Amino acid sequence: MNGGAKLDILTRINRTHARQQEPFARVPVRPSARPHAEVVEQFAEFAAEYRANVVRVDAGRLPEAIRAALLVHGNERAVVPHDLPEEWLPAGLAVTRDITGVTDLTPFQAVITGAAVAIAESGTVVLDHGPGQGRRALTLVPDHHLCVVREMQVVDSLPEAVARLRESVLAGQPLTWISGPSATSDIELSRVEGVHGPRVLDILLVQEDTHATS
Amino acid sequence: MSAGGIIPRKTFQDAAHETLSNAQMRRNLQHATTTIRDKRLRAVSELPDWEELRTQGAAVKDHALAHLGDYLLDLEAAVQRAGGQVHWARDAAEAREIIGSIAEGHGVREVIKVKSITTDEIELNGGLSERGIHAIETDLAELIVQLAEDRPSHILVPAIHRNRAEIRDLFRRKLGADLLTDEPKQLADAARLYLREKFLSTKVAVSGANFAIAESGTVCVVESEGNGRMCVTMPEVLISVMGIEKVLPTWQDVAVFLQLLPRSSTAERMNPYNSFWSGVREGDGPQEFHLVLLDNGRTDVLADEVGRQTLRCIRCSACLNVCPVYERAGGHAYGSVYPGPIGAILTPQLLHLEDKNANTLPWASSLCGACYDACPVKINIPEVLLYLRGKITEEKPLNAEAIAFRTAAWVMSEPHRFEGAIKLARTGQGPLVKQGAIHTLPGMLGGWTDTRDLPPLAAQSFREWWRKRPAPPTRETDGDAQLSEGELLGPQRTDDRGPV
Repeated sequence: MNGGAKLDILTRINRTHARQQEPFARVPVRPSARPHAEVVEQFAEFAAEYRANVVRVDAGRLPEAIRAALLVHGNERAVVPHDLPEEWLPAGLAVTRDITGVTDLTPFQAVITGAAVAIAESGTVVLDHGPGQGRRALTLVPDHHLCVVREMQVVDSLPEAVARLRESVLAGQPLTWISGPSATSDIELSRVEGVHGPRVLDILLVQEDTHATS
Repeated sequence: MSAGGIIPRKTFQDAAHETLSNAQMRRNLQHATTTIRDKRLRAVSELPDWEELRTQGAAVKDHALAHLGDYLLDLEAAVQRAGGQVHWARDAAEAREIIGSIAEGHGVREVIKVKSITTDEIELNGGLSERGIHAIETDLAELIVQLAEDRPSHILVPAIHRNRAEIRDLFRRKLGADLLTDEPKQLADAARLYLREKFLSTKVAVSGANFAIAESGTVCVVESEGNGRMCVTMPEVLISVMGIEKVLPTWQDVAVFLQLLPRSSTAERMNPYNSFWSGVREGDGPQEFHLVLLDNGRTDVLADEVGRQTLRCIRCSACLNVCPVYERAGGHAYGSVYPGPIGAILTPQLLHLEDKNANTLPWASSLCGACYDACPVKINIPEVLLYLRGKITEEKPLNAEAIAFRTAAWVMSEPHRFEGAIKLARTGQGPLVKQGAIHTLPGMLGGWTDTRDLPPLAAQSFREWWRKRPAPPTRETDGDAQLSEGELLGPQRTDDRGPV
């Protein structure tokens, strides 16, 4: 259908002779030279500036932290991706696993997921919807998103993050970049949280084995 | 219906006259632009390699434009591999037809939309309504503009010209919202309630695209409210329309633009949400995806060596926020979905310099150059403005203005002609001078006095005074006439403070 338009547009482009161009070199990705602890610190600070609640927690105490975060908002009905690690979840918490694709997500108050990468430079968490992250609607419809980020997933700069995500993108996975809760400044530029997305974002930043840091 | 979304109904000068008299709008605009401007400088200063990033941004875009045909074909192939469909649209009408018939094919009466200037450019909402399909804007500001039956006045904050009291009244009237106050939080809640139901029940969504990556077929929407995520995730069918200049060669290039865009536009380190998707993904999001590639004049802009750089634009609106003309005249004065300095060069070019009103836009500038300094992809807007002025003037037939200026040049090139003309004017100005000033000039000269008064010509010109002045008293000097310093420089300082 509509092959005429395609041919026309490509012909017009060819006739512009825009092609003669000097070759250009992309700036290579420069790996961060800072100590990783500093990078993690900055991520926590910048994410908090976006009004995400950042909680730093030892791996062993993650279930406790999740329970506490849910309680703050009185949220009990949580949905989680089908493959969220069982050991993250507090004992006795009734969660719904998104196994066959729950059709209606509106009854859920909260969602707990992992992440793929976090970026210090901008305070952003990125979901590539791989293991432990679920489909996109999960982190969108419930009002409260608890996102578990392991310290080793934090990179310093945007180019580093983009490089890490390359494989996921080429494999056709969608990405969701999240910097703070949903927000708008459309009314007289005053910031309001939560127009359409989750109104509360908790980032549980998990401290890992210290000698694993490079 | 034509590409009316970009065709101004008036000249910039006429339209600006109207908006300048709207004091409320000017106050809102001034507040907004200065706020964003100050924040932006802080956000930009955080990145030590900002200038290098701008250079990279410009280089990637130039490279992509230089090989536009190749990258568009790569993009098409990648989207198809990922299970999406690609459509090509020569102009606005064709794009409307493609999107309209897809929506119609699904038998829907409503579609939801993410804010997209490109869909405004092709007047999609009007096109859909001709088919009985209502397009619901889901961005809070766009919803405000839509409910008010208004037009956006800013690329990024479309309802920037409306204050909270106006919005409250609008929501009460149009959404039946029971609003007690005009608190932005309450207003946002009212919109959330109204739109949530639409997100969860509408089958077809339409979006624009900030970037599309040729190597992976990935499309990106950058936003802050979550309505973008809703539209690209919840419906069964997603249609995205993008100008052909939005293509980026590789995934890696995204890093450059995601550093440049949020800091330049909302002055943030990053906007709250970015969504990337490649075609369709089983069990996640829309199971039917269409990408519409729009030309609508862009290949003509590409063909122009000077104008070409306009296509680097990533629609960040930094140039609007620093522009003294935009700050006062407002977005509506530009008469197009592309306001501000970028609109002043993009609109007339997209219309092939054939639209009389659009051709006044390159004069909507003080040429101060602030837009060039702010542009994250280094579009030399003043250069393009001057270039377009030249082209537009060259192509103009000899009009009254040109004749007047030629005559003036002839008169001024000879002192006696000039003096004669002045004498004539002095006699002629008599009836025009009222209370020591000229308030209105007749005929085409009236343009000058529309916005300012003119001092009357003096009763005597300098030359006349010089000729008639009494001879200066001669001073006794010895030998060569030497003027003392005082006579050259006027009265000497009499205090004696010595050298500083």
